[in-house]
Amino acid sequence: MIEVQNLTKYFKDFRAVNNISMTIRKGEILGLLGPNGAGKTTTLRMLTGYFRPNSGTMKIKGLQMPKDAIQIKSMIGYLPESAPLYHNMLVYDYLEYVAKIKGIDDKEKRYDRFLQLSDICGLSAIMDKPIANLSKGLKQRVGIAHAMMTDPEILILDEPTSGLDPNQIVEIRDIIKTIGKEKTIIFSTHILSEAEATCDRIAIIHNGKLVADDTTANLKLGAEQNSLIKLSLKGALKEDAASLLKSIHSSLDIKTIDPVENDLLSFEITCSDDVSKNHDFRSDIYLKIKETDWIIVQLIKESQTLEKIFRELTREEAKIS
Amino acid sequence: MKQIKTIAIKEFKDYFISPIAYIVISLFLIVTGWFFFSTFFIFGRADLRDFFSLLPIIFSFIIPAITMRLFSEEKNVGSYETLLTMPVSFTDIALGKFFAATLFTAAMLLPTLAYPIFISFIGEVDPGPVIGGYLGAIFLAAAYCSLGLFASALTRNQIIAFIIGCSLCFTLTILDKLLFFMPSKIISAIEYIGANFHFTNISRGIIDSRDILYFVSVIFIFIFSTHIVMHEKN
Repeated sequence: MIEVQNLTKYFKDFRAVNNISMTIRKGEILGLLGPNGAGKTTTLRMLTGYFRPNSGTMKIKGLQMPKDAIQIKSMIGYLPESAPLYHNMLVYDYLEYVAKIKGIDDKEKRYDRFLQLSDICGLSAIMDKPIANLSKGLKQRVGIAHAMMTDPEILILDEPTSGLDPNQIVEIRDIIKTIGKEKTIIFSTHILSEAEATCDRIAIIHNGKLVADDTTANLKLGAEQNSLIKLSLKGALKEDAASLLKSIHSSLDIKTIDPVENDLLSFEITCSDDVSKNHDFRSDIYLKIKETDWIIVQLIKESQTLEKIFRELTREEAKIS
Repeated sequence: MKQIKTIAIKEFKDYFISPIAYIVISLFLIVTGWFFFSTFFIFGRADLRDFFSLLPIIFSFIIPAITMRLFSEEKNVGSYETLLTMPVSFTDIALGKFFAATLFTAAMLLPTLAYPIFISFIGEVDPGPVIGGYLGAIFLAAAYCSLGLFASALTRNQIIAFIIGCSLCFTLTILDKLLFFMPSKIISAIEYIGANFHFTNISRGIIDSRDILYFVSVIFIFIFSTHIVMHEKN
């Protein structure tokens, strides 16, 4: 569907995007992650034809980017970052303008589409309001309606949930998931849990380079299995508990952390030894503590989260460069 | 073609949503009305020659104020990105905005049609110079709109766009007044470049293809330059 090869973009001397190549298949939801200024927006802007890359090629459904720009643009629905719209227009007038430009000439068809969109994006109450008076979240919704106007095959959303309230975030995620069954969606976000919940595939960009590009599950598998056990105890003394835990295995690394509740004692237990890394120590811990009269309030194993993978990838890169 | 029309209509309507349109039109009518009628009865001639001779200099300040927002505002708000990622070409955008501004100046000239009607009651008006004058005014306005459009495409700051636009229009207006300082060999060339010379010809009622060609060339050159600027800025 979308083939990107060695995409590079300079702003004067600054290399914002550095040699990015990827292929996005039809029906995929791709999450673009990265710290601020990593090059997410620049990449998306090149895909939508707003920026011209300094080098590299983009093919979308077999069409070449600068050459067939108009055709490609009519296949893509794009929501720019923070949804810049015409502030002095009414929502309805704006949507009508967009529909006309995107080639929905028939009045009936336009009207039907507006009804559908106002249903999906919840616009019916604000159709007659000037865009300047809308809150950020509502503007975002108008922007999403703009992007979905012609029911495009590819949706590119730049931080679609930023500035929305928690209810709206869930709504937008649901919209993305529903549309994503048939459509190809690329969206960028800072919120990792969001990417984890909605994306089939995640690409992490750092300093303009693609540092990871895989399915969410694979990313987690590929990363180090350095698991962490969280333990909270009631009725135990700090020194006693620590020495007891240490007696389970010499390679265990025990750290006291601030407990959630006052009378609790909380530990983070990691294993530094390579051999016993894959061993689940939870049962050992339980058996040991069963011998005492302490109460286990919490005992959980935290597997590698996306957040950790993200931090590792973006930090390591920072050290090298 | 359809895209140009859609953009032009949208931009034209935009003028009347904000107070800019009304302020600019009022200002134009007050200034031209005052300068024209303050001497009208002293000369006692039933023609609009003085009105049309005012236009180049007034247009060089009023038109950049009309065109300054065309690109600058969009770039500043960010809607430029929305616009460019819709299925429209650079040419569609430049021409759409150009036609909107030209149409607006035509709307601005419309109330001044009251002058020839009023004058026809108090004296015999020769229709030739009046028709020629209005035709010339439209061509002049269109040429200045293309200059203003170009200035607006250069920057995201409306004030800078206004100043650049003013400078360009003003230069074209006063060029034929500066002939005195020029070497005699290039006088006719400089005179040809100035807008005033061609406008005066048309507003006398002489519609010469050379003058029309001049205005069309200016419009073409600056819309094309706008196109280049849009292309280069991406």
